[in-house]
Amino acid sequence: MPPKLETESLTRVVDGERIVDSVSVRIPAAEVAAVIGPSGAGKSSFLRLLNRLDEPTEGTVYLDGRDYREIDPLTLRRRVGFVPQAPALQSGTVVENVTIGDRLCDEPVDDERVARLLERVGLGGYRDEPIDDLSGGEQQRVAITRTLYVDPEVVLLDEPSAHLDSATESQIEGLLEELIREDELTCVVVTHDTDQARRLGDRIVRFEDGRVTQVGAPREVIP
Amino acid sequence: MIEDAIATLLEHASDPEIRTGFAQIGIAVVLTVVVLGVTYVQELGFERELLTTSARGFVQILATGAVIGMLLAAHIAWASVVLAFMIVAAAWISHERGADLPGSFRASLVAIALGSAVVIASMAFAGAIERTMRDLIVVGSMVIAMAMKTNSLALERFTNEISSNRAEIEAVLSVGAPPERVVSEYVSTSIYASLIPILDRIKSLGIVSIPGLMAGMIIAGANPIYAAQYQFVIMLMLFAASAVTCMASTLLVSRYVFTDAKQLDGDVLEAIDG
Repeated sequence: MPPKLETESLTRVVDGERIVDSVSVRIPAAEVAAVIGPSGAGKSSFLRLLNRLDEPTEGTVYLDGRDYREIDPLTLRRRVGFVPQAPALQSGTVVENVTIGDRLCDEPVDDERVARLLERVGLGGYRDEPIDDLSGGEQQRVAITRTLYVDPEVVLLDEPSAHLDSATESQIEGLLEELIREDELTCVVVTHDTDQARRLGDRIVRFEDGRVTQVGAPREVIP
Repeated sequence: MIEDAIATLLEHASDPEIRTGFAQIGIAVVLTVVVLGVTYVQELGFERELLTTSARGFVQILATGAVIGMLLAAHIAWASVVLAFMIVAAAWISHERGADLPGSFRASLVAIALGSAVVIASMAFAGAIERTMRDLIVVGSMVIAMAMKTNSLALERFTNEISSNRAEIEAVLSVGAPPERVVSEYVSTSIYASLIPILDRIKSLGIVSIPGLMAGMIIAGANPIYAAQYQFVIMLMLFAASAVTCMASTLLVSRYVFTDAKQLDGDVLEAIDG
């Protein structure tokens, strides 16, 4: 059985620089891969290639063994969801943001699913609240819910708690851990925090200068 | 044809009104010189610019008057050639505002041509503007100029919207939304922003200003009520041309900022951000 997600010599060249350089990793279903490394190592660039927000210069990604270039990009992004570092929400209410994927695809909105997800992320009473009235941590919960709402098979998280204060950061991390374990999500989490990587990751992928220098269990990679 | 044009030009040049015109220019020049003196005394530092700008404007407008004078003698078919030249020039000038967007000249050309042609042709066909060289060139140039201005504003605003909302756009692309729907909000914002000047002009008609055409008609002795009616027709024509132009150009360029794989085009973003 193929891994849920597999990259093969994945490379991205920008202005002559190989910001992601021949990366080949396998991520089995229901496993969390935590990507660590110094700033500028290519972690976020790697993540953006996984749901084709950017185009690989060389190599490709396989989703359930299928080359992702054969999958319509819009379908691919519903199957491989992405939570950006900053929430990047639209003006409007919580529910409008959570359901934006369906609304822009003219799909019917599943109100029950919205209510259930908002309850799970601790925003039960916030359905019709304006986004501007929410705190940074609450906005990040909305961003996570927006991704989960489309029911992705793989979730990509780009430093999901990096811009939050330490108390909120640990709340968001706790929430993610709960969601990941309960739903058995396949995840790729980029983080600069090795402790967070150790807590969330089943497998650690270390990046340096765009290349993978180490892959293994947390205790093997993080001393 | 050339002989006719030269004869018309000479006829216009020897008109006694021309002497009156030069006398009026002389009075305006005296006023400008006074302003120049004030700026010199105040050491404002733009005397040279004021001088060169005035001289340049004088030569340009006089040359335009002479060319229009010659064109009036030409066959009406030449109107389409002149208007087509104006449209190409307008598209070239206007696309600079969105020069970082690929295809901005093509989009500007199509949009300005569409907006101007639809309005000029339909109004000429309906008889709202006379099918004469004089009306087609004068009114046509007003329509094209307004379409150009609106197009420039729309392109500039759309470029800024894309640049400043990159994270929001990619966040929504990431949940599988189609690119044209993702940027529809920014397209609408750009269209509305670009139409604000013409909407404000219509809103302030007769209250804040008496528009040039109406003022000119009244000075030339036309019935003021008819002058007002005709001015309103012109304003609606300008609005219609502007609206068609900015809708067409923003919709066209909004397709150019995405790749075939429905990604924001990194090269375009890099160009926009300089």
